[in-house]
Amino acid sequence: MARESEDPAMTKASKVKRQRKKKPKENKTRTVHANILYDNAKGEENPNRHYANNEIKTTKYTLLSFLPKNLFEQFHRFANVYFVFIALLNFVPVVNAFQPELALAPVVFILSVTAIKDLWEDYRRHRSDQEINHMDCLVYSRAERRYVEKYWKELRVGDFIRLRCNEILPADVLLLSSSDPDRLCHIETATLDGETNLKQRQVVRSFYDLDCDFNPLKYNSIIECEKPNNDLNRFRGYIIHRSGRRDALYKENLLLRGCTIRNTEEAVGIVIYAGHETKAMLNNNGPRYKRSKLERQMNVDVFWCVIILLVMCLFAAVGHGLWMFQYGDKRPVFDVLSPEGTDLSPIMSAIYLFLTMIIVFQVLIPISLFVSIEIVKICQVYFIHQDMELYDEETDSHLQCRALNITEDLGQMQYIFSDKTGTLTENKMVFRRCTVAGVEYSHDANARRLAMYQEMDSEEEECTSHGGTLPRRDSVTSHQSARVVLRSQSTKSHRRTGSRAEAKRASILSKHTAFSSPMEKDITPDPQLLDKVNDCSSQMDFMRFHSQPTSQLPSDLADIIDFFIALTICNTVVVSSPNQPRQKVRMRFEMKSPVKTIETFIRRFTPSRLTSGSNNSSSSSLITNRSSNKGCSSLLSSPSAESTLTKLDEEQTPRGLEHAFSPVPPCYDGKGWNLEEGELRYEAESPDEAALVYAARAYKCSLVGRLPDQVTVELPHLGKLSFELLHTLGFDSTRKRMSVVVRHPLTDQITVYTKGADSEEIQSSFFCPWKRQKKIVNRTQNYLNLYAADGLRTLCIAKKILSKEQYACWLQRHLEAETAIQGREELLFESALRLETNLHLLGATGIEDRLQDGVPETIASLRKAGLQIWVLTGDKQETAVNIAYACKLLDPEEEILTLNADSQEACALLLEESLHYIQAKFLCSSTEQIYSSSSPSSHSSSHTAAPFTVHRLGLVIDGRTLAYALDKSLEDKFLAVARSCRSVLCCRSTPLQKSMVVKLVRNKLKVMTLAIGDGANDVSMIQVADVGVGISGQEGMQAVMASDFALPRFRYLQKLLLVHGHWCYSRLANMILYFFYKNAMFVALIFWYQFYCGFSGSAMIDQWYLIFFNLMFSAFPQLITGTLDKDVSAETLQQLPQLYVNGQNSEEYKPYMFWMNMIDAFYQSLVCFFIPYFAYADSDVDLFTWGTPITTLALFTILVHLGIETKTWTWMNWLSIAFSIALFFTVALCYNASCPTCYTPSNPYWTMQRLLQDPLFYLLCVITPLVALLPRYFYRACQGTLFPSPVQVGRQLDKLPAETRRNILSLSRVKVGSPLSPKPPFLSLTKPSPEVCNKKDQRSFPGSKTSQGPVLQTVQQSGRSPLGPTDTERGLSDLYTLLPTEIDTLPYTKDAPPLSGGPHPPSSQDSECLDKTLEAADLSLSSWITSTPLLTQTDSVQLKLPPDGDSQCVTYTRSSEEGLKSDHSVHPAQRTEQAADQSLHTIL
Amino acid sequence: MVKQEQEIASRPDNTAFTQQRLPAWQPMLSAGIVIPGFVLIGLAFIGIGVALFVTSQSITVMELDYTGVERTSPCFRCSDPNVKNCVCQLDFSIASLFKGPVFFYYGLTNYFQNYRRYGVSKDDDQLSGDLDSFTSPSDTCSPYEYDSNNKPIVPCGSVANSMFNDTFKLYQIVNGTKKQVPFDGKGIAWWTDYNVKYRNPSVTPLRDAFNGTVKPLFWPRPAYELDPSDPANNGFINQDFLVWMRRAALPDFRKLYRRITEGDYAQGLPAGNYSLEIAYNYPVLSFDGRKKVVLSNVSWMGGKNEFLGIAYLVIGSLCIVMSIIMLIVYAKFKFPEEE
Repeated sequence: MARESEDPAMTKASKVKRQRKKKPKENKTRTVHANILYDNAKGEENPNRHYANNEIKTTKYTLLSFLPKNLFEQFHRFANVYFVFIALLNFVPVVNAFQPELALAPVVFILSVTAIKDLWEDYRRHRSDQEINHMDCLVYSRAERRYVEKYWKELRVGDFIRLRCNEILPADVLLLSSSDPDRLCHIETATLDGETNLKQRQVVRSFYDLDCDFNPLKYNSIIECEKPNNDLNRFRGYIIHRSGRRDALYKENLLLRGCTIRNTEEAVGIVIYAGHETKAMLNNNGPRYKRSKLERQMNVDVFWCVIILLVMCLFAAVGHGLWMFQYGDKRPVFDVLSPEGTDLSPIMSAIYLFLTMIIVFQVLIPISLFVSIEIVKICQVYFIHQDMELYDEETDSHLQCRALNITEDLGQMQYIFSDKTGTLTENKMVFRRCTVAGVEYSHDANARRLAMYQEMDSEEEECTSHGGTLPRRDSVTSHQSARVVLRSQSTKSHRRTGSRAEAKRASILSKHTAFSSPMEKDITPDPQLLDKVNDCSSQMDFMRFHSQPTSQLPSDLADIIDFFIALTICNTVVVSSPNQPRQKVRMRFEMKSPVKTIETFIRRFTPSRLTSGSNNSSSSSLITNRSSNKGCSSLLSSPSAESTLTKLDEEQTPRGLEHAFSPVPPCYDGKGWNLEEGELRYEAESPDEAALVYAARAYKCSLVGRLPDQVTVELPHLGKLSFELLHTLGFDSTRKRMSVVVRHPLTDQITVYTKGADSEEIQSSFFCPWKRQKKIVNRTQNYLNLYAADGLRTLCIAKKILSKEQYACWLQRHLEAETAIQGREELLFESALRLETNLHLLGATGIEDRLQDGVPETIASLRKAGLQIWVLTGDKQETAVNIAYACKLLDPEEEILTLNADSQEACALLLEESLHYIQAKFLCSSTEQIYSSSSPSSHSSSHTAAPFTVHRLGLVIDGRTLAYALDKSLEDKFLAVARSCRSVLCCRSTPLQKSMVVKLVRNKLKVMTLAIGDGANDVSMIQVADVGVGISGQEGMQAVMASDFALPRFRYLQKLLLVHGHWCYSRLANMILYFFYKNAMFVALIFWYQFYCGFSGSAMIDQWYLIFFNLMFSAFPQLITGTLDKDVSAETLQQLPQLYVNGQNSEEYKPYMFWMNMIDAFYQSLVCFFIPYFAYADSDVDLFTWGTPITTLALFTILVHLGIETKTWTWMNWLSIAFSIALFFTVALCYNASCPTCYTPSNPYWTMQRLLQDPLFYLLCVITPLVALLPRYFYRACQGTLFPSPVQVGRQLDKLPAETRRNILSLSRVKVGSPLSPKPPFLSLTKPSPEVCNKKDQRSFPGSKTSQGPVLQTVQQSGRSPLGPTDTERGLSDLYTLLPTEIDTLPYTKDAPPLSGGPHPPSSQDSECLDKTLEAADLSLSSWITSTPLLTQTDSVQLKLPPDGDSQCVTYTRSSEEGLKSDHSVHPAQRTEQAADQSLHTIL
Repeated sequence: MVKQEQEIASRPDNTAFTQQRLPAWQPMLSAGIVIPGFVLIGLAFIGIGVALFVTSQSITVMELDYTGVERTSPCFRCSDPNVKNCVCQLDFSIASLFKGPVFFYYGLTNYFQNYRRYGVSKDDDQLSGDLDSFTSPSDTCSPYEYDSNNKPIVPCGSVANSMFNDTFKLYQIVNGTKKQVPFDGKGIAWWTDYNVKYRNPSVTPLRDAFNGTVKPLFWPRPAYELDPSDPANNGFINQDFLVWMRRAALPDFRKLYRRITEGDYAQGLPAGNYSLEIAYNYPVLSFDGRKKVVLSNVSWMGGKNEFLGIAYLVIGSLCIVMSIIMLIVYAKFKFPEEE
């Protein structure tokens, strides 16, 4: 069955479209007039009348439309239609089986339960709509000439509204006026995208210069803008003034509904989009509906049930026909003629009977199953929500289930695709070290400081969770004292240094700024560098006094100061003061008004996370302090074009240095300056920006203020310097850098400061006019590689000085681009590129992105659980590999296959090689087979017939190679390679590639995939995967919005999958199986009876029991069990991740189990039927006196069966079973006493009462369930003790006292080979754990215990050109990718490996780099390089042990003919060329 | 810090229920429980089984087939559907005292009273004495609703129509003379049927209520004349009618005809020769049915039925056998490892 995923947004969008079609007046744009002009002209005249008003209505139904609409919706479900059909069939007299009214009962019951649920949800939506609609806002009234209070719902497009601080925006509003002197308005968009930092919005430019208050009465412009759309980051349009002047409108002018006004006393705007047309509402798509794997499987079995039903009906019909036929013309006295008094032919009777039987056997199709599953899932979601361990205290958030019907999929995952940044790591950037002007400053103290945080985290981790199961990190005793101090200082503020976590917690402490934990802020400067900075700035100070040109400064010192200036100003960081805490009104605002039903329901369960907090109004002094610049969009932030040009002109006239140096800039009112520098806080849009600013501050180079056109920096000795900010070229992901253009106050030069990702910078834009610079570039590149190898995020800092002419020239075109209406983005991009060339490299920074707490442990245990973990990241290979090592994704002891290819053919060849290698190593050579993969081996790839196994191999592939590998022709090979590897790491992958990888694995391997990520770039991957998990991290809410589950931290994934997933899966699987069993068992009773009633469709079970048996009598215990049953305790599940395999292999619900259950059901029904049959044989028992005990027995049997399947008995289980039995007897007794003449035809008056006096009844009740369940019980008992499944062993472990259990578990950990237990049965059944493999690996590679371990590096180079020195060079440069990982093994200390500072021959940059790294690498490595047959172009795969373990050396060499053969099949034409070109090395 | 935590709004409740930590009993199917359990159950079952079996053995049952299929049968003559008002005599002897109270049943085989369309063919309202239903019976009775003259049939429906109408008289042959064994026809139907469910219309005389109606097709006499001997035993509360109307569960069934509780026979039927006089009316050969008479006494557990006792014995022994098997298996595989 196909996956279903609705997209409500789409439907909504189409609805909007439809509405639009109705209004021909609206075409491409929306024109908004001010409403006050039309106040008197009601209705017709108002040009805005077509636009939606601000009343929101998210309800689906109205009072009138509820019944028809709800029924219509419910009948979309096939099962409902089926049951209605059956109920209606009952009204046909010829075929009816029950009282027609009674037959309606189940359908009506089910429909009404669903309807009531829908109604309730709708009512809740209505309530919340009402609440929102009746919020107040100030709207300008023409009549009263002032702003009057109105409800939100009364707001119309074109209204002027006045917004006060901390007010929530009622609609999308164009900002026309602000009390802020800079005409800014700050908003917080947390409800939209989860970002807690403030964003600035600007007053529309034409109103910028208004000196007096904005007067709505004077407004007479017309706004033309886009149609309503859901793009939060886009708004275009223009405002046409009466004068005919047009001014463009940007998204900076638009305040979005749902945001909160901050730090701005008052703002006035005009409503542009209202109600459902606001961007927030258009973005509001509810939870997704997917169909889980289990449900898909279940549907197959429902289908089988239909088949069984039809077969049974057919059987009965034929039987009846024959039965009728045997009497022939002799009419028995009990025969009944047709109503017409004629004889019914056997064939006609058979046909009628067939329909009757469908009615009688309808219970076989579990009508209540669907409703029950829904109920159980809601309960499961509720419990997941409620789990304390999935609750993050600091963010005050817990896991969110956004998709409500795939909880059980969590227990069946096989592949996890994870993002790296923000998912595995905290996305919390901490400045770690830097290099300036080619000199490295290793910041040892800083490193120690960070290590301390790490340690404390891990320690608390150990204390709080898993009860000492995690291996302790070795703690360094020297840190102990420091740790204590630190701890006492800041109790736990640094503990879980979570992203939003921090923010929230800090806001509780009312001392908040984003990205400002002590860990991020308190950077310990490198003494050497600090000295230099001091030195430098004092020199500059000196020079300033003596009016010397600063160019006399030694260039390295100049670089240092420039470096820090760049760090300080090349960003969009906003400065704020701690004395004025950010105002936070935590008002309840449901921007995401519920669209989908159950979610709201769930939400109701969980306490609202929005509480009301303090509501102080901000003081205006704060506002001046906080004035700042904006974000990536600030391409427009510079003042209007004219003014910029005038300023440029001014520059021609020389300005006195004194003026530039004036400590208090003229436009500054000075209020902000009396603050202590140390207390400034930085609000950044991205964490690395903040990290850099804090780093610079540690060197006394601190950012103290930012205005739209000015940045103020305080430098040691120099005091405060104001840089005139000419342009900000925001960061974008294509350029991967950002720049600011400023006028340097000291030199008065126009300076461009750029920071960006290293590869981009280095590749494209460095201008190396003289040797020194070249050397710096090379050295820096070297250090960058080292940083990357250390797992640091690297940024290059560069500057460029523009001459006035250059600047004017660039500015001209830039302004053109800025004002362009068409293709503005592209033009601006080009413009930025033009500027960012020929840069002068200042240095580079290494920012540490720390792993989140518990990531390695989580990965380790997920892997033990049989999950394959792939990491897909956009980071560069070295960084990614190192993070992968850090989080134990890659194991130093395992081999790494690295695939880097630069052409399709090369990639094909590489994959082929790798496959051969894997086969040679693991399939052919070793008879001791490694363990088989958890993925189903039934699916055979086209390449190898051999079953796929997972080896201790890691695969690293970069984005470019991945693009080739994902090609149709190669994807199978790629998969073949990838699935044999234990972990896969895809670097430099684009969002599209991420989703393609997930899609490929999902579709080709037919496995269950889970994608986890936190950023917008993971959205596509999250959507493609079977289960998408979003981390509610620092990168906004997009991933969360797209996800099925949202987690606060990565490590919660462990409990979510291993515990909740396992539980949900096993509960639901067991419940579904039980449902099938139960229905089949009950229906079969009637089926057996057909043999004794001439297949006439007669039932010995009273119709009431028949109908209510499933709905009432047996319904509750299974719901309770389905909700609460725990097969294994949470602790054991987490300690024994191997138990997860249970769900992966669908061991609770395999197709054969359905049939086993069916057979069991038939057996049990036989028992329940024939024991009473024989017990009452040859007696004067009447139909219902005989049938009622059967019903009772069936009920007992079914309940006891459930009892056998129930693993944990809580009081609720007991209660539900007692309730079921009591309910049955109560109903039966009342029913049998109620009406002597009703309930035709059964009329069971006083039957039950009589039965209760019959000892035989009790005797039957004792023996029958026992006989019926004896086989199952016997089987369970034997299997449970003799051949226990892992889950059962887990359960046995649970029973043991805690002490013993811990001993056993620890024993199992020590003991390599068995995951558990001295009990061999378990051992024999579980898959050999990785340790088994580990052991074997170690045996075969005794030398592999080095820190780095064997690294299999497959370097492929495929140039088409004839062999030559260039090729060799390129080969070397490819090889070079290997080096950083090798270097990493070196102890990284302050005295880093000496670099050859001597002059280098002017060869190509690549080979130079290689040379350098060769020098840097240790001796054995370089000796290896020389000994490798790389240069001889032979085709070989080298398997070598690492240098320090070269006692054993396995060399696997493949003849080139063989290689040719395999190539031949792929590309016969290029055969020779490739053979010549390829230089393929597999180095171990 | 404690205060802080209290401020946190969405922190989940830390209760055993929400954290899924409800105290629970986890039954383990381990040898220690299963084997003794099985033994205990087995022993208990064997005990019950023995009791049941002994009880069942103490019940005497005598069955006499009088269908008259075989030519030798005294009722062969009567089995011809064309012979009307046939009476046949069945002689039998009782070797020892047939302990009383003796229940006299008639039995039918291959008779599908549980046939669905047969079962619904009645009108409960009519049978509860509702006069409206006399004039217009429920259409569930169709086609036994109105006769060819469109007069309502009372009681309508197939069940009533097909009422068993053989009658029996039992004689003990004492010294060559027939001594009638008195039958007790009271209280053979369910008390609730007689007193609650079935009601005659409150019209006296009863026959007036039946004005304008006709008797069921197969009936020799109208309902108000079912028992000429006892005026109170007529109409819908006629005991035989009530017994018949209670449909049998299975195609082979017996129904209580009379009890022998009076006079000389209160202690049972003494040994001797008996003669059963049968007014043979009911046709069964069309559906290969058999008619029989059953004499039986009853115990606390009802009529004779050895099955349940045997079942208990068998299951009891099975449990013990299973426990032994398991014991052996455990002894072999399990115990050494548990140390």
